[in-house]
Amino acid sequence: MASNSIKIRAKLQDDVTTVKALMTHPMETGSRKDKDGQLIPAHFIKELTCEAGGKTLLTAFWSGGVSKNPYLSFKFKGGKAGEMLKLSWTDNLGESASEEAEIS
Amino acid sequence: METDVKRRILLQGSLTAGAIGVAVAAGLLAPGRVLAAWPDKAFAAKGLPEMLQELLGDSNAEESNDINIKAPDIAENGAVVPVTVSTNIAGAESISVVAINNPAPLVASYNLGEGTEGFVSTRIKMGKSGDVVAVVKAGGKLYSAKKGVKVTIGGCGG
Repeated sequence: MASNSIKIRAKLQDDVTTVKALMTHPMETGSRKDKDGQLIPAHFIKELTCEAGGKTLLTAFWSGGVSKNPYLSFKFKGGKAGEMLKLSWTDNLGESASEEAEIS
Repeated sequence: METDVKRRILLQGSLTAGAIGVAVAAGLLAPGRVLAAWPDKAFAAKGLPEMLQELLGDSNAEESNDINIKAPDIAENGAVVPVTVSTNIAGAESISVVAINNPAPLVASYNLGEGTEGFVSTRIKMGKSGDVVAVVKAGGKLYSAKKGVKVTIGGCGG
């Protein structure tokens, strides 16, 4: 999947870095039906990790219960301006994507 | 002088990116290994105690006032319910978000790294009205809080 499917921002203020990310993904639960009554196969992000400075900041396990085009925000201490932050995800079909952003 | 500094930053940036690329290539961040950790039993669990046992190794969660759930009282669209969980509990290791009345109640579980604050915000789907439960693991114990959300249009049906 194209790497531009993730938008990510990391802003440092008073030693706390706030990360905000928006991903493009259908997040199908597998229990929804289309117009013809056919089940739409499950397709959702299962695992997401965010790392910076060689450390894993956050690992997320998701189900199809997370909304379409997921939004995620979290905060961490110890980030430095100019450092690169990387977010990557893998979905239930084995697709993956990642994106990097500079902490500002 | 100025351009020199900029060049240095650029070089540092590309080095970091390169290092991660190498790690992926070497299989250190192989997707297969990552997927194996996905707690399928916890995501399939219908009841909270069973789910917590599978996910966090303990079925009891103590109610806590130090967990704050920010979610709308009434969600007009169950497909997109913004939920923010924050906690002051020291040493919080993980935050899990559960929508009790969903067909698959466990929505998301976050493991917090060192230095990561007790704060996560996501948008979730809710099939019908019910409690959103946040479970925080800290120092080997589980703490929970809940908030009722009324859903006027479900987000899980077809």
